[in-house]
Amino acid sequence: MTTLSARIRLVVGALALLFILALTPAGNAQQPASVNPTAAAVKEDQLLRELNRVQGRVTLPDAKSGVIEQPAGRDWQRFHQVTLRWIGVISIVGVAALLLVFYLTRGMVRIEGGRSGRVIVRFNALERFVHWMTATCFIILAISGLNITFGKELLLPLMGPEAFTAWSQTLKYLHNYLSFPFTIGVVLILLMWVGSNIPNEIDKEWLKRGGGIIGDDHPPAEHFNAGQKLIYWIVVIGGGAVAVSGYLLMFPFYGTGIAGMQLAQIVHGVVSVLFVAVMLGHIYIGTIGMEGAFEAMGEGTVDVNWAKQHHSLWLQEQMAHQSQPRPKARPAATPAE
Amino acid sequence: MARMKFLCDADRCIECNACVTACKNEHEVPWGINRRRVVTINDGKPGERSVSMACMHCTDAPCAAVCPTNAFYTTADAVVLHSKDICIGCGYCFYACPFGAPQYPRVGNFGSRGKMDKCTYCAGGPEADNTAAEYDKYGTNRLAEGKLPLCAEMCSTKSLLAGDGEIIAQIYKERVTKRGYGSGAWGWQTAYRETIAS
Repeated sequence: MTTLSARIRLVVGALALLFILALTPAGNAQQPASVNPTAAAVKEDQLLRELNRVQGRVTLPDAKSGVIEQPAGRDWQRFHQVTLRWIGVISIVGVAALLLVFYLTRGMVRIEGGRSGRVIVRFNALERFVHWMTATCFIILAISGLNITFGKELLLPLMGPEAFTAWSQTLKYLHNYLSFPFTIGVVLILLMWVGSNIPNEIDKEWLKRGGGIIGDDHPPAEHFNAGQKLIYWIVVIGGGAVAVSGYLLMFPFYGTGIAGMQLAQIVHGVVSVLFVAVMLGHIYIGTIGMEGAFEAMGEGTVDVNWAKQHHSLWLQEQMAHQSQPRPKARPAATPAE
Repeated sequence: MARMKFLCDADRCIECNACVTACKNEHEVPWGINRRRVVTINDGKPGERSVSMACMHCTDAPCAAVCPTNAFYTTADAVVLHSKDICIGCGYCFYACPFGAPQYPRVGNFGSRGKMDKCTYCAGGPEADNTAAEYDKYGTNRLAEGKLPLCAEMCSTKSLLAGDGEIIAQIYKERVTKRGYGSGAWGWQTAYRETIAS
């Protein structure tokens, strides 16, 4: 009997032990022999692969300092040191060289038949004021901007570090403050001349016949020809782009974060150097490239023969107004026939 | 010459912010500027890590490359320093810096930037060592006295290490081997183009 009960006890005990043993691994898994706290830890390379930045919470009031790593700064460095400089050199030096070659082969475009001695008003005092305010600001903004990009290579060795810093510091303030009159000028240009700068059928014809400074033909044109309309839209759209991107940089963290500022600087830099290149062409045509063109913005009047040659439709319209007893509408706002 | 580096062992940082405070006090850093900061990633979640970050004194420093006035220079110890007399406060080094180290005191309205301020590795600036002029602009020059940066020297868990790159990398490797894990030397790949195997 004793052996039987002992056997039963043994079997029951063995089963119970087996049962406990079967349960234990689940319990033991909570506390493994070796702890690996990095199993769930954040990994730098993983974060960089996902977002190309490492960001967290910081106890300082300056919440933006929570970005601890943004390797995109290296990409922006490459843009600023290499890409932007090449775009700038190719566009600005390229346009300047083209203009020089053009001037040497073609020379100044003369007024056909010489000056008539009679003049006609082309731009009123307000238009000239807005033009020259914007133009003066543009030239100073361009010089100060090019100084930031190319001054280190071109001027610093000549001026020495202290003088170059004083010069660059002054230009930085001029760049910041003159941006306001420049922006106002661009807005006024937009409002003032938008009516006579909408592209139309006459522009198609003008472009087809190769009008302007390049061709020999002088197709009919209104107040502004297709080339001038192109300059107008470059100024309005380009000026708008540099103004928006510039203010994002001037007011850091008001509108955008660091990635946005890098992008804004890329837009600002590329648009600006192309803008300067285009404006070199504009300045060329307005000064030494074409006889009688400068006085339109200088004194505000042009020779009638010049107007006949370059803006025949506009001249006809003006003449028609003058022959009428009291011209009411402003020339710029009148649709051409 | 030594190649000075910082290394933050994120598995040891307890986010006490003593490095931030010590730096600010030692150098009398201008109001609103913190040359060093502690950032916590995955805060409150499993596997959160804190990293103390300042200027990493990069190899081929992007700030120096983009500076339009060449205000930056690298010392014989490979510490990246700058001259506040040459800086014009344009903000370019801030766009280029992968670690957000350059900061600008506000002068005037809006965001107008003053002369840039950043971690000097406790090595001052171009002025003569430990002069009043140097202290005024950059803070103390501990390196000239033979001492390492204060933030790392007083770190209570020795999470933040400063010193010759090879020596601190060796210390970190030994730690990783001994404890069996390590989340890596944060920022080293970006700053020095190298990692420490962990």
